[in-house]
Amino acid sequence: MQYFIQQLINGLTLGSIYGLIAIGYTMVYGIIGMINFAHGDLFMVGAFIALIVFLILTAMFYSVPVVVALLVMMIVAMLLSGLYNWVIEKVAYRPLRGSFRLAPLITAIGMSIALSNFVQVTQGPRNKPIPPMVSQVYNIGGVSVSLKQIIIVLVTAVLLAIFWYVVNRTPLGRAQRACEQDQKMAALLGIDVDRTVSLTFIMGAALAAVAGTLFLMYYGVVSFSDGFVPGVKAFTAAVLGGIGSLPGAVIGGLLIGFIESMWSAYFSIDYKDVAAFSILAIVLIFLPSGILGRPEVEKV
Amino acid sequence: MAVTVSASRPAANPLARAVREALFAGVISFGMFVLLIGLKTDQNIRNELVLEPRWGLLAAVVALTMLGRFLYVGFIAPAMARAKAERAKAPVVVSEPGFIRRNSNKIGIVVLFLFPIVSVMAFGLQGSLKWVDNFGIQILIYVMLAWGLNIVVGLAGLLDLGYVAFYAVGAYSYALLASHYGLSFWILLPCAGIMAAMWGVILGFPVLRLRGDYLAIVTLAFGEIIRLVLINWREVTNGSAGISGIPKVSFFGLMSFNVSDPNYIAKVLGLATSGVYYKIFLYYLILLLCLLTAFVTIRLRRLPVGRAWEALREDEIACRSLGINTTTTKLTAFATGAMFGGFAGSFFAARQGFVSPESFVFLESAIVLAIVVLGGMGSLGGIAVAAAVMIGGTEILRELQFLKAVFGPDFTPELYRMLLFGMAMVIVMIWKPRGFVGSREPTAFLKERKAVSTSFTKEGHG
Repeated sequence: MQYFIQQLINGLTLGSIYGLIAIGYTMVYGIIGMINFAHGDLFMVGAFIALIVFLILTAMFYSVPVVVALLVMMIVAMLLSGLYNWVIEKVAYRPLRGSFRLAPLITAIGMSIALSNFVQVTQGPRNKPIPPMVSQVYNIGGVSVSLKQIIIVLVTAVLLAIFWYVVNRTPLGRAQRACEQDQKMAALLGIDVDRTVSLTFIMGAALAAVAGTLFLMYYGVVSFSDGFVPGVKAFTAAVLGGIGSLPGAVIGGLLIGFIESMWSAYFSIDYKDVAAFSILAIVLIFLPSGILGRPEVEKV
Repeated sequence: MAVTVSASRPAANPLARAVREALFAGVISFGMFVLLIGLKTDQNIRNELVLEPRWGLLAAVVALTMLGRFLYVGFIAPAMARAKAERAKAPVVVSEPGFIRRNSNKIGIVVLFLFPIVSVMAFGLQGSLKWVDNFGIQILIYVMLAWGLNIVVGLAGLLDLGYVAFYAVGAYSYALLASHYGLSFWILLPCAGIMAAMWGVILGFPVLRLRGDYLAIVTLAFGEIIRLVLINWREVTNGSAGISGIPKVSFFGLMSFNVSDPNYIAKVLGLATSGVYYKIFLYYLILLLCLLTAFVTIRLRRLPVGRAWEALREDEIACRSLGINTTTTKLTAFATGAMFGGFAGSFFAARQGFVSPESFVFLESAIVLAIVVLGGMGSLGGIAVAAAVMIGGTEILRELQFLKAVFGPDFTPELYRMLLFGMAMVIVMIWKPRGFVGSREPTAFLKERKAVSTSFTKEGHG
């Protein structure tokens, strides 16, 4: 039982990171209906920015309180990743909006290749390890919970709350939901669609950057190719939850996290990704639009 | 009451605008690059990460961005707008396509057949190895893969992001059966195709009810599953180490390309020993396989099943109401595409003599899909051009050794290969969103064949 709870906690941690990335996929999909393949690499860029900020902080000050360091890393990573995604949207996706469906998908794949290789060229191909930032581990009734895990779950919860508030209670969120339903109508009613789409990309990137920072803190290492696998899994999570649905993305992320940690605990660690992808296929066969997705209505 | 609405702000001096835009671009690029280019993370002797400033490089990159933006806003964009306006004013002249245009396919095939002979004559036996192998064979493999995927994406309109899975199935079928049972390439080539097609049916059957992006992600997942199984099923596939020592293809058993064999080609024909014969043979082999793919695609488009694919791409609902079984139609497209992927895979294994899961990553699927879309989905000629441009272009980067003289001896052009590839994908797509050949050739027509304009073509919903 303790072992099970332990795995549940590990899965929750992993799932939080996936959920944060998945929100970016699902939001962009909801608003302009494209798969932003570069999102996983943006997560990696966020992690690298956090890494460099961490190194600057440790080089400038002898010792920095962990909370301050994490906050600074997160904020800088959020801002700069947001800038990256803003530029990417403007350069690669906006000229193709309204063009045929596969065009932005191809530019997104191109951007993904370009981003990961840009980081490889500028920062080198090797793994980048950092000394552990937080190492406390608490033992609660035989289950060990590390402070890292608590931080990840707490940060995710706080961000999701803020995010929920923004989407459901602010004018920006209302504009986003309006654009999601009908862009043309929203534009006719005076919503600046371009600005809303840009802000959506920035918000998605900021969440991915936080996920990147947390990833760096949790594993203590990052490399230029680390964007792809978490990216694909987060996208899987978004599809699993029903693409376009925000709570769905979080639920999908948690589900993928649980499946992965349970599978590696009880079956084989080698096949954990196979398990995650197989469950995606099985779920989609029975629920073709995901868990919380709205069924697509075909209009003739 | 006259209300004048100005479409845009009064056009200020374009140069002033260009300067403003350039400054803005400079600020943005500084923000983007200050950490990732300005500072490099390096490991010191104690294996700790340290930062190494590169402010000079940062300044150069920011300055280049500003200059680029200045030139674009100040000169290139206005020039392009003027050219466009003039083209719109000029009357449309329908000119009879010239000799080269009319016979472009035949000329292309003749050039491809002559390519190895010309390169041997120009560079000598050893010198031509690079051209035939790195350029000829490499590009033709991608042409074959892209033509195979074209059946799925271009004709049937199904978005497949895991095409490389079938390539892998073909490659491993040949590698395993040839090295364990010693079967010949000519027996295994159809086997690999059938095997891949079977996997296409197995994977396709449950998922083809899905549409659009859901189908895309499930095919991506299947591509990853096959790769992960190849890595982890060590007893059979030898894991990440891969399978080496895969037998070479023989000339229908008459002549062999192993130097030690009694019927080695150089001994039979009385030539000097060289590795280039095998490469030239492989070149013609893949060329014939490509032509087979093209031939089958062209013929299939005129068969009921091919017409059903294209109908499915244009309108699935209309298709269903006219009594086409969409599941079977999708499945045949999936299996046919997979079969050609399998052929290409077994050729790849025979050519490399070595296969490992490293060759079958998602990036390969993405590259093949990009070639199909950049070529203009459905157009065989456009796809071949796209493959030559994208793959040949990145191969040429390996050859640009003179850049070392410009950027110093540490400069390795190979490093920038994939970075430039990704950027080229973006740029080409923005420049020509419909691909190189956007119009479609109809297979059924009333009196004369007219190309279908891009504005009427659809790409399917998945």
